[in-house]
Amino acid sequence: MAKLTKKTKIEMLKKLIEIRRFEERTIQLYQNAKIWGYLHPYIGQEAVAVGACMAIERQDYIISTHRGHGHCIAKGADLRRMMAELLGKATGYCKGRGGSMHIADTELRMLGANGIVGGGIPISVGAGFGCKMEGKGNVTICFFGDGAANNGVFHESVNMSAIFKLPVIYICENNMYAISMCSTDSIACKDVGKRSCAYDIPGYIIDGSNPIEVYKTVTKAVKHARDGKGPSLIEAKTYRFFGHHPNDPATYRKKEEVEYYRKEKDPVANFKNKLLEEKIINEKEVKEIESEVAKKIEDAVTFAEESPEPELEKFLEEVKQI
Amino acid sequence: MRKIEYREAIREAVIEEMDRDGKVFLIGEDIGVYGGAFRAYKGLLDRYGPDRIVNTPISEVAIIGAGIGAALTGYRPIAEIMFIDFTTLAMDQIVNQAAKIRYMTGDSINVPLVIRTQGGAGRGIAAQHSQSLEAWFYHVPGLKVVMPATSYDVKGLLKTAIRDNNPVIFIEHKMIYLNKGQVPEEEYTIPFGKADIKREGKDVTIFAYSNMVFKSLEAAGELQKDGISCEVIDPRTLVPLDLEAVVSSVKRTGRLVIVSEACERGSVASDVSARVTEEAFDFLDAPIKIVAGLNTPIPYNSTLEQACIPHKENIVKAVKELLK
Repeated sequence: MAKLTKKTKIEMLKKLIEIRRFEERTIQLYQNAKIWGYLHPYIGQEAVAVGACMAIERQDYIISTHRGHGHCIAKGADLRRMMAELLGKATGYCKGRGGSMHIADTELRMLGANGIVGGGIPISVGAGFGCKMEGKGNVTICFFGDGAANNGVFHESVNMSAIFKLPVIYICENNMYAISMCSTDSIACKDVGKRSCAYDIPGYIIDGSNPIEVYKTVTKAVKHARDGKGPSLIEAKTYRFFGHHPNDPATYRKKEEVEYYRKEKDPVANFKNKLLEEKIINEKEVKEIESEVAKKIEDAVTFAEESPEPELEKFLEEVKQI
Repeated sequence: MRKIEYREAIREAVIEEMDRDGKVFLIGEDIGVYGGAFRAYKGLLDRYGPDRIVNTPISEVAIIGAGIGAALTGYRPIAEIMFIDFTTLAMDQIVNQAAKIRYMTGDSINVPLVIRTQGGAGRGIAAQHSQSLEAWFYHVPGLKVVMPATSYDVKGLLKTAIRDNNPVIFIEHKMIYLNKGQVPEEEYTIPFGKADIKREGKDVTIFAYSNMVFKSLEAAGELQKDGISCEVIDPRTLVPLDLEAVVSSVKRTGRLVIVSEACERGSVASDVSARVTEEAFDFLDAPIKIVAGLNTPIPYNSTLEQACIPHKENIVKAVKELLK
């Protein structure tokens, strides 16, 4: 866990910008048909992944979702290998077999995005057992959305983690929409965080657009877990600025609502302005970060574009074993 | 050689592997003090304690998820689903997660998970506790499917399953836990994908697995009295399948009967039939016969229940028809 120093805050801003620009670039590539299949941009939710991942160590695990690029980047994934995977190249994280929804890296202790909504939640129970049995005080963060919170696996998994006091931090990113279903229409008790009382574990409902608030809350939950006291449930209220995927016009949302979140709750702009106001950073330094990030992303795109396609014969040879 | 019960052979395999490798642990329902629904884990809680014998609530999804997650973090869990009928509750974790993770991640992440379960009819527990669902798992790329019949096979194959780096569906049969079979004192393992000829013969090949091996052996014994010599081949593992052993036997006998307790429609039996036809059509002297369960749920009433699954008599009849 990094201390909340000026340097940490600048690191946070860098990560926020990195995720935002990476996602903007992937949308472009999607529109140019360089990326196909499904793409679920994390834009609008960056503060959750960044705040949470800064509150843990490299040896801690995270489990991600179908909207997982932000979690990967926040945990320190290699942008080149990510971009190569999105372009379906042999040099990608999954050798072109997985695409956007299946990036994983055990070295990085990132146990995988997931194409099944809620699919990662039960896996967190096992990662929790692994951390507990290993006895080194490691924890697992399990990210999931408001949609997944309504899947039955949520109950089985959180209940089991609570019974065995597993070191798991459940972070529900309530971005208000499961494709078109609004969470106010899908969650009976309105706040997922309130469900913590059903499992007798700490519960938090926080502003997911504020990386400091996320960071501080996750830090508490991580301490609780490392102390052997078991899981916590954090509901981070957030918003996805785009539709479910780039081609979704999101007509199920009111224009005023989208405008409100984009204007008032933009995690990247708000945090940048906050650091400028607090004189932690100046405009020139922000520009430097932007240009550094842009360079990194273009390098990743170039790497991905220049990388070879997977060889069909090699693939067929590899899958013979399955 | 000493003879031990099938369930005792399971217990021995688990103990040997847990003693050998501290990363192996058990997770499932009623596996603590209760020792498992079929008592295969009797005494293990005392021996290893609750950290390695994880007794869970009735949460099949979380049990399999726990197995997968623990496997991803370097452990070798044996997750138990009490009845194969209950795997339905955990299908996403088995089919979309466990079976896919290694493949999806470009072979970079292994899932060394054993899912122990049992199936089959014969106990009068009707349609939701008696199914033979191996075809579902057989169908999904990324899963290995093991169905041992004897004490010897169950011990050697379970040890191999635990050491395998990929998810293995290990399917036992509820009617054979008390069967005694020869098991050597010394350690051994059995490789996957290697069929065992349970009885040699020259007139007809009988392909059978799990409890149907015993029915087939009974049938072969009876047919011998009429001068008909049957070879009984037990594949032991359905994925990987030792098709070569079946084909080579069929090339010698020219006739094949496939026996399966699972209902016939979309079954492993019908797939094996198709594959043998492709490989050995010119060697067949008669069409392949399948003796399988009826395409119906399993009934409670004993007479009805027995009528839904194959018996010695059905196999004898099928063999004789082939030789007409």
